Amino acid sequence: MENNDIKISTNSLELFYGDIHALKNINVEIEERKVTALIGPSGCGKSTFLKTLNRMNDLIPSVRITGDVYLDNLNVYKQYDIVELRKRVGMVFQKPNPFPMSVYDNIAYGPRIHGIKAKNKLDEAVEKSLRNAALWDEVKDRLKQNALGLSGGQQQRLCIARVLAVEPEVVLMDEPTSALDPISTLKIEDLIDDLKEKYTIVIVTHNMQQAGRISDKTAFFLHGEVVEFDSTEKIFSMPTDKRTEDYITGRFG
Amino acid sequence: MKIKSQSADKAATIVFYIIAGIVVLLLAVFVGYLLYQGRDRLNLHFIFSAPVFGKEGGGIGPQLFNSLYMVFLSMLITLPIGLSAGIYLAEYAKPSKVTNIIRFCIEALSSLPSIVIGLFGLLIFVNLTGWKYTLMGGALTVSVLNLPVITRISEDALRNVSPSIKEASLALGATHWQTILKVLVPSAIPGLVTGVILTTGRVFGEAAALLYTAGMSSPVLHFSNLNPLSHGSPLNPFRPAETLAVYIWQVNSEGLAPDARKIADGASAILIIAVFLFNIVARIIGRSLNAKFTGKSSRK
Amino acid sequence: MPKPIKKSRKINFYYLKHEFYGKALVTFFGLFLILLTLLLVVFIASKGFSTFTKDHVSPLQFLFSTLWKPDRDLQSGGPVVGALIFIIGSILISVIALIISTPFSIGTAVFMTEISPRLGKKLLQPAIEIFVGIPSVVYGWVGLSVLVPFIHRVFGGLGFSLLAGGIVLAVMIFPTITSVAADALRALPGDYKEASYALGSTRWQTIRKVLVPSALPGILTGVVLGLARAFGEALAVQMVIGNSIRIPGSLLDSTVNLTSIITMDMGNTVNGTVWNNSLWSMALLLLVISFLFIVLIHKIGSKGRVQR
Ligand SMILES: Nc1ncnc2c1ncn2[C@@H]1O[C@H](COP(=O)(O)OP(=O)(O)OP(=O)(O)O)[C@@H](O)[C@H]1O
Ligand SMILES: [Mg+2]
Repeated sequence: MENNDIKISTNSLELFYGDIHALKNINVEIEERKVTALIGPSGCGKSTFLKTLNRMNDLIPSVRITGDVYLDNLNVYKQYDIVELRKRVGMVFQKPNPFPMSVYDNIAYGPRIHGIKAKNKLDEAVEKSLRNAALWDEVKDRLKQNALGLSGGQQQRLCIARVLAVEPEVVLMDEPTSALDPISTLKIEDLIDDLKEKYTIVIVTHNMQQAGRISDKTAFFLHGEVVEFDSTEKIFSMPTDKRTEDYITGRFG
Repeated sequence: MKIKSQSADKAATIVFYIIAGIVVLLLAVFVGYLLYQGRDRLNLHFIFSAPVFGKEGGGIGPQLFNSLYMVFLSMLITLPIGLSAGIYLAEYAKPSKVTNIIRFCIEALSSLPSIVIGLFGLLIFVNLTGWKYTLMGGALTVSVLNLPVITRISEDALRNVSPSIKEASLALGATHWQTILKVLVPSAIPGLVTGVILTTGRVFGEAAALLYTAGMSSPVLHFSNLNPLSHGSPLNPFRPAETLAVYIWQVNSEGLAPDARKIADGASAILIIAVFLFNIVARIIGRSLNAKFTGKSSRK
Repeated sequence: MPKPIKKSRKINFYYLKHEFYGKALVTFFGLFLILLTLLLVVFIASKGFSTFTKDHVSPLQFLFSTLWKPDRDLQSGGPVVGALIFIIGSILISVIALIISTPFSIGTAVFMTEISPRLGKKLLQPAIEIFVGIPSVVYGWVGLSVLVPFIHRVFGGLGFSLLAGGIVLAVMIFPTITSVAADALRALPGDYKEASYALGSTRWQTIRKVLVPSALPGILTGVVLGLARAFGEALAVQMVIGNSIRIPGSLLDSTVNLTSIITMDMGNTVNGTVWNNSLWSMALLLLVISFLFIVLIHKIGSKGRVQR
């Protein structure tokens, strides 16, 4: 099959918030086990696009969507059950948002709501996810403590671990490091590098260097449109579109 | 002109300080007076022993017990219902006619005079059920009084939970209901607990709604008998149950004991102390839960 | 290639268990509040109307006659139940309470928000919360054991009086008016104040000419809420007004109101008699008035919103 390594694709995707036309004719293909970065000025629709992939936009009453989004060639809006979709497509938010409960309960939350009750299975899932999120060594002695007591960077890795515990195939990240200090940011970037062995990652970032460091492909958004979508190398060395170049070189108004 | 307006400003400021001073002073004198008047009744004998008809030296034991038991029962009834209604309003209700009607009903119920609610209780929980005056009837009536309050507290507490937590849960594939049950309600606990304790204090002092539902008498209670189905048991909810607040009113209007004045003083002092306790406990618990839920205590 | 996950029967069962049962439960209890309110209105109304339907008392006579002889025997013309005395009593006491309480409440609210927010938060806010928490019988008892003898000694008369009722109620509604007024003042946008100070106004001028007028809808809401509470309070008032059935000639005369007569006579009258039925009609009247207060508050609220 020709599209074998395409995990997610969109077809003439349009999104409106009431009268605001936030996404215009988006046609992209996101490859499996690659890191795809979404860049673009504030308000251009990056977060909006990300949320169409796991249907978080469904929460907003004014949203109207046309066009299609496919995950593994099945229509996200028509052929998936929403619980099943979100199990497969996890999401990490801009601000770390742990639940006000223990570290352990935070990680076990996903498995528990998806029906896992056995203590040993949960223990296993917690340890595995925390290890995958490179947090295990730091929190293994404080699993019973409130997650809100962790540092910001630890909280964000906890949120990543929480997503991993559900064993997703795709992880969406919306500016996951923008609220963090440089060291925590580096740790998360390393983590993303490890994760792409197993997961398809789509990440929104405002940081050009970061996009350059971690992503394989980059999409440049402007006013709700995808201006250019190509390999990161190409986008950063010789963009085709003038607007992309202006943005990347910081000449953008 | 300038000088005049400035001295007017000074004078006004002084007047405002005087008003605030009067308010605080009034409260201090009020509370101080009650505690002082009730001081020689603030002893275990008064608190635990039963009233003696027509003689001096009776206590308020049964009334105090009835008050506590009634608070407990009514909370048992109101909490699940009020929390559910609060969840509905905070999470499921869409802006619509029905939602507006519910909100109007909450407002209407919570501003009804408690004597009117008491009369409703008389019709339903006393006459219609045929229970006569019972603790259960009182508890149910007080629940009608409390339901709108607890509903509002629950809704507010849920609305105050950060939406990012809700998003996180939904993004993990939880259904809305799972999110409510496992994340939103637990996160709303600090707000809930504070509000509920303060409401509890209100039930404790309620009298008008209870006169004709729980009645103005209490049978002799045998505190050794803890079988809730047996007749003289304090735990039996289907018996008349005069509460402390009702007793204060009744002892004055009916001259049951020669030392009515002393009894009312003592009982008022105890009610005031209870009000303070409820306030302080609500604050302390609220603060400590808040610290726990924002992780401040566990960081150290 | 994963299989399509269409909405299968299994998935529906999943939602039934993890969404619809819970949603149905809380929706039921949300709607239950409507049911409860309807039930309450219907029950009180059906009892309250029996004075007019069964005993054939004319509603106008009930509302506007001062003749209260519920136990008059048939030879002398049978019972008459005119409730005007009680209605007037309720109105007079509430209005007196408002007149005493409102200046203090607004003063305190201004103090808490404009003069010293620090003391407001540390001292007055807790004080108000405690005032709210004090049970009404305790207010009544202090009124009875302190205020009534005081009025008797200083002004003469029995002490049990309209004035005593008004003062006790003034204290009871003070926290209601104050907290609503303080909220209204706090909600004003900060630039109102800045603009006024920038024009060289003093604080007092700002308060008088800008802040209080712009917060007026909110303050009025507080006043109406206070009025509603005063109108419906039963025991505290009943304990201090003396309960003589007459229209008071002066502040120092004893009098009676709707809630007091209900409180006192409900237990002494036989179910089904005109006397008893008329008490239920008064309860219905209280209910209607309390609903009217809410409508009034909404009117004030929507006006306030239009102005802003
Ligand atoms: N809930 C909403 N209701 C209405 N309009 C919205 C909503 N969310 C976003 N928008 C609008 O949609 C457009 C795209 O917003 P979006 O949040 O996707 O931008 P973004 O690229 O993520 O920006 P940023 O870099 O600041 O996060 C903006 O014009 C925004 O104002
Ligand atoms: Mg964004």
